[in-house]
Amino acid sequence: MTVQTGTTVAGDGKILVHPLMVRITHWINVLAMLTMIFSGWRIYNASPIFNFKFPADLTLGGWLGGALQWHFAAMWVLALNGIAYLLYGLFAGHFKSNFLPLTPRSVFNEFTNALRGKIAHEVGVYNAVQRAAYVGVICLIVILVLSGLVIWKSVQFQELGALMGGYEGARILHFFAMTLIVLFIIVHVVMVALVPRTFLPMLTGHARTTSHGHGG
Amino acid sequence: MPDSRGKLDRNLVAPAREIVKLERRLFLKQGLSLGALSLLSGCDVTDSDAVQKVLWKMSRWNDGVQAAIFNSGKLAQEYPESAITKPFPFNAFYAESEAPRVDAATYKLELGGLIRDKAPWTLDKLYALPQSSQVTRHICVEGWSAIGKWGGVTFKTFLERVGADMTAKYVGFKCADDYYTSIDMPTALHPQTLLTFKFADNILPVAYGFPMKLRIPTKLGFKNPKHITAIFATNDYPGGYWEDQGYNWFSGS
Repeated sequence: MTVQTGTTVAGDGKILVHPLMVRITHWINVLAMLTMIFSGWRIYNASPIFNFKFPADLTLGGWLGGALQWHFAAMWVLALNGIAYLLYGLFAGHFKSNFLPLTPRSVFNEFTNALRGKIAHEVGVYNAVQRAAYVGVICLIVILVLSGLVIWKSVQFQELGALMGGYEGARILHFFAMTLIVLFIIVHVVMVALVPRTFLPMLTGHARTTSHGHGG
Repeated sequence: MPDSRGKLDRNLVAPAREIVKLERRLFLKQGLSLGALSLLSGCDVTDSDAVQKVLWKMSRWNDGVQAAIFNSGKLAQEYPESAITKPFPFNAFYAESEAPRVDAATYKLELGGLIRDKAPWTLDKLYALPQSSQVTRHICVEGWSAIGKWGGVTFKTFLERVGADMTAKYVGFKCADDYYTSIDMPTALHPQTLLTFKFADNILPVAYGFPMKLRIPTKLGFKNPKHITAIFATNDYPGGYWEDQGYNWFSGS
């Protein structure tokens, strides 16, 4: 196999798949994002945009005021953790070595291959579909934070809000960004369940080079 | 401070308020057992007090952040009259039929705290103040928003007339429906903060807060008190009806 930049082969035949910084920010993000989603659903329920409500048992906070407290506490964790991750990704070469190159053609080819059951799943190397998904979800979180800022402070951030169609536009954008992130999470977790050996490296950082392979 | 809320038939309001509080308490219990437990694995119900404390502290921290972000020169967007939401929604912690009926003839606005001239104001005297109007978006803490037109006197002008201490931290309000709230002085002095007597060019109807509502387009709806009977300036945190139950105090837009 070809070992891409960013993956280091250790003496014992293991490679570093996820650097410590990525692992820490990933799991903090999991906690912050779940808190934001479940409290956000309770906030949504107070005045639904569409003709449905989220089941109360799946929400966090107990009532609107409680949900808002969770939401406005976890937002700091989400934002600060996200900024730390973005700085690391941009300046430590993590994005460059893991997400690039990324072309529409490679995404299309690998996606059609995947539909035919041929998934390239080399340990420590993301295929084009994975790269697109991870870059996409990072952009979604940025959109989620920016639209959240407009909803929270529609007067102070009105210039930003104007790009989103004002307060009501930001609400709808916030909702759809959340929806896409929830879809990403479902696919992400299903994929890990299908390829369980990808789970442990997000905790330990390392994976055995011998366990790599194609298909499945 | 004299209580001018006696005219209100409290028998109507009190039970509704108790039900709201009871529901809230049940919700809170439910929320702690389901949501908090499922997320904070390892924490049991005994930790919920600690969790609550952290959440309240974060809310106070957010008050400070919002005060720092607040720009007195930043104006809320004003809309053409064609954008006004019709009908404008009624919203309170009780049903519309339970809105307090204030007697215009005997009404007096009480003033207290760090205000030099505490003489009460009659409605005629208030109506004689210089008035302007605004068409702005009212944003509810629940998420919905509606555009309305309010008319009245700039609150800063009123505070100057009565000699309020502009260096005080808070301005507090007491209302005929037993509602109470408070705001920060920079927001009180914002050019769009209006002590309003009119809605859509007519005398403020009972549903929207007769005889007066403080309209603050830079704050969420519940920070805009209706049926105001007393105004006071203070340096002691006065809290508010919803704020004391957990809504963020600053709640600025």
